[in-house]
Amino acid sequence: MKSIRNTAVGLTLAATSATFATAGELTIATVNNGHMIEMQKLTPKFEEANPGITVKWVTLDEGTLRSRVTTDITTKGGQFDIMTIGMYEAPIWGSRGWVEALEFSDDYDVDDILPAMRGGLSHEGNLYAAPFYGESSMIMYRKDLLDAAGMTMPNNPSWGHVQDAAAAMTDKDAGQYGICLRGKPGWGDNMAFLTTMANSFGAQWFNEDWTPALDSAAWNHAVTFYKDLLDNYGPPGSSGNSFNEILALMNEGKCGMWIDATIAASFLTNENMAYAQAPQAITTRGSNWLWAWSLAIPAGTKQKEDAMKFMEWATSKDYIQLVAETNGWGAVPTGTRQSTYDNAEFQAAAAFADAELTAILSADPENSTQNPSPYVGVQFAAIPEFQAIGTAVGQQMTAVLAGDISVEEGLAAAQEAADREMRKAGYY
Amino acid sequence: MNATLTRWLQAPSIILLFIWMIVPLSLTVYFSTIRYNLLYPERTGFIGLDNYRFFWTDPAFMPALLNTLVLVGSVLFITVILGLTIAVLIDRPFRGRSIARVMLISPFFIMPTVSALVWKNMLMDPNNGLFAALANALGGTPIEWLQDFPLLSIIIMVSWQWTPFAILIFMTSLQSQDQEQKEAATLDGAGFWAQFRNLTLPHLARPIAIVILIQMIFHLAIFAEIFVTTSGGPGVQSTNLTYLIYIQSQQAFDVGVASAGGVFAIILANIVAIFLIRAIGKTLTV
Amino acid sequence: MTDKQRDILKNRIAVFFAWVAALAFFFPIFWMVLTGFKTENQAIAIPPLLFFEPTLENYTEIQSRMNYTHFAMNSIITSFGGTLLALLIAIPSAYSMAFNTGRWTKDILMWMLSTKMLPAVGVLMPIYLICQKFGLLDSRTALVVIYAMMNLPIVMLILFNYFREIPKEILEASRMDGTSTLNEIRQVVMPLAWGGIASTALLSIILCWNEAFWSIVLTTTEASTLTAFVASFQAPEGLFWAKVSAVSTLACAPIVVFGWLAQKQLVQGLTFGAVK
Repeated sequence: MKSIRNTAVGLTLAATSATFATAGELTIATVNNGHMIEMQKLTPKFEEANPGITVKWVTLDEGTLRSRVTTDITTKGGQFDIMTIGMYEAPIWGSRGWVEALEFSDDYDVDDILPAMRGGLSHEGNLYAAPFYGESSMIMYRKDLLDAAGMTMPNNPSWGHVQDAAAAMTDKDAGQYGICLRGKPGWGDNMAFLTTMANSFGAQWFNEDWTPALDSAAWNHAVTFYKDLLDNYGPPGSSGNSFNEILALMNEGKCGMWIDATIAASFLTNENMAYAQAPQAITTRGSNWLWAWSLAIPAGTKQKEDAMKFMEWATSKDYIQLVAETNGWGAVPTGTRQSTYDNAEFQAAAAFADAELTAILSADPENSTQNPSPYVGVQFAAIPEFQAIGTAVGQQMTAVLAGDISVEEGLAAAQEAADREMRKAGYY
Repeated sequence: MNATLTRWLQAPSIILLFIWMIVPLSLTVYFSTIRYNLLYPERTGFIGLDNYRFFWTDPAFMPALLNTLVLVGSVLFITVILGLTIAVLIDRPFRGRSIARVMLISPFFIMPTVSALVWKNMLMDPNNGLFAALANALGGTPIEWLQDFPLLSIIIMVSWQWTPFAILIFMTSLQSQDQEQKEAATLDGAGFWAQFRNLTLPHLARPIAIVILIQMIFHLAIFAEIFVTTSGGPGVQSTNLTYLIYIQSQQAFDVGVASAGGVFAIILANIVAIFLIRAIGKTLTV
Repeated sequence: MTDKQRDILKNRIAVFFAWVAALAFFFPIFWMVLTGFKTENQAIAIPPLLFFEPTLENYTEIQSRMNYTHFAMNSIITSFGGTLLALLIAIPSAYSMAFNTGRWTKDILMWMLSTKMLPAVGVLMPIYLICQKFGLLDSRTALVVIYAMMNLPIVMLILFNYFREIPKEILEASRMDGTSTLNEIRQVVMPLAWGGIASTALLSIILCWNEAFWSIVLTTTEASTLTAFVASFQAPEGLFWAKVSAVSTLACAPIVVFGWLAQKQLVQGLTFGAVK
């Protein structure tokens, strides 16, 4: 048994040199979202400016990419020189020493990066990933429909007001639904949204002693409100809807209002769109999420210098300028730099700029809940156990939404699932 | 052919498969008894059956087990019946047969993730899906497939994908059926059903057994269809054993528990296999 | 109505239902191919569009993003390689099991199948670590070997089935003539079982072609197959159904063409009636 163990441990530590990418060739793993595809297309410009470096891309969907890079980083696979990771991974990986702490040249102007983003990607004062584009969440609504209903949307509406607006815009016989929200299970799907909603109702994932707090009254209020809202004013099949399904409904004119990632604004085709901050119930804390897709360099890579060059290029002001020159200011990656929002051309091209910046600036991963909580993160808790917990809880919330179980039953099951994982991980 | 030669001919496949089985299996069994979470490399050590206990005390475990069996059973039933019917239908010369045949096999060419996307978003979606449009055109209410019938929806998708497999095997086997025998039976006045029961079905006994056994293995491990469409929900209504293992392996990154889950999956597969062999195994070597 | 007329009528009915089944099974694919020629906004239209002005924008977009041929070549190499390897190992074994069926044959076959019972997500780490140890990450060789071993039990079972269908008398006749075993396989068994081997190969190739777990987990750039190609268009932030339909059409096109070509082999084989 000892030799097996040795092999097993040895395997995780030692990777043969053959698996490392060849010198001068950067292998970059990234998500297949639009901004990254654009980066891929602009890469020849980087290669021109940096002779001797060629870039190879591995583009995958979010879920596949996440398991791929996590497997690689934890086994020291050395398959990638740069990885695209989220705000969830950055502090965890940073604290484990799996990714390099980043230090930038003065030209890079690291202080220009929005403080919320810097904070969310740091651990103990070190920045571990450079944000490529960032987002928060906000309300996107059809001003024409709301006007027709004789209502307005304040900049900081309450959930009660949102409910009234949804009711006013709903006309089920005409296939018109007041509000569309995520329902598909997953920590990054329905739970990302539902967590922000719960935060504003004063709920949180974990108590100070790390015991799960899903059986609280605040969660109950939030989930009950969520279910009523979608039952009465939402489209059929909400439990299968995530970002893209709702985007399709919005663009088909079926939904009056949608609360989701700010990036969605750049995909919406209806010309009557208007934006407001995510609704609040008893608090504004944690009512809108914060996320950044960012680039990180695995610790121990042999091509740190080249990787750094690419990273500085892709997350620089110049890069944003380059995208603007190529595709216009409406297409630049947003949510990362103050300078982008200060740019008059950008403000003119992006109607959502103000709402997005306000949302991002108001998000604080360190203080996202009404009562003190032990974790960092707005729509997630940045602990390794969260993905599994979030997905299991998400499944229960979908069952509640589908009407298979009551809110109480769903939250009780969710509490148990979370409790099991936390116990297994030895939190208490 | 003598015994030595038989042994030599069979040895490569058996030896290679044995290595292919024993190495991952023993590593899996070993991992299932130690503390091994990718995200906590510093936590190690033998923990006995803790991983197993964690996996099987999961409230989702029993529903997942049941869902797994229902999925396997229903898909097997549907694909074998449909596969037989269609194979018999196309077992005759007609114009365009080769086109019809390729059309019938074509679902098998599509990657499971893509077929799941097509079914979920383009066909079953209650808003912009084709079924909803049909229901609306006929004056009905669109069915919320994935919300109200999650497991059935997945059964439909998987059956669509795998019936071609059954068709392909049955179709090829039917061609070796003795036509003279059939003609003689026709002359004797045996009707279609009598012929089917007395000649075709016995002829297809072994292919049926093989289709069932092979499909069983694949359906016990259905994953992509669930992952893409329902993520195991609502609740755990469409969670199967593989999906539970996936959550532990790819979301919790707990190799220990995932390995324990893998061992459970092997045990389940073997139980199912034993039942199936009891039922149909003897036809294998008839 | 004479018997003959009745037979013709029955035949017509059967053919009619055969076409109904063929159209029903093919429809989702037809719909997918059609969607590939829509714009993203046309793809989500309510109600869905049957008539529209087709566009090639998805295909040009795909072409500008990824090198299709690179992925397609890897798919072809790994699935044909894996299948070939599996067939080489399986044909002699299945042949000997089919014609010298012993009391253990059934159990050996079942044991072989049982090697497939461990779900891939459950053995991810062992396989991944082994490949890492031997420097086989991102290599086509690893995929060929894995595919061959993965499909070997299935190939064995199906081949066994087809070989069993060869009437023993034919073999006995050739043995009387004193043919050696090798020649027996080459000259008698292979031609007879050709249709069976072809359909086994086709099945195995399809299974390799659509294998979307190991081909993504174990590759990065050099050895990536079409499943990774599809994954890179799947579920991004933003509408993608038209693009993924186009990508998927491209991804399965080679295998459909191959299946079409293999048609003839599938039908021609297994005509023992004539030999007897």
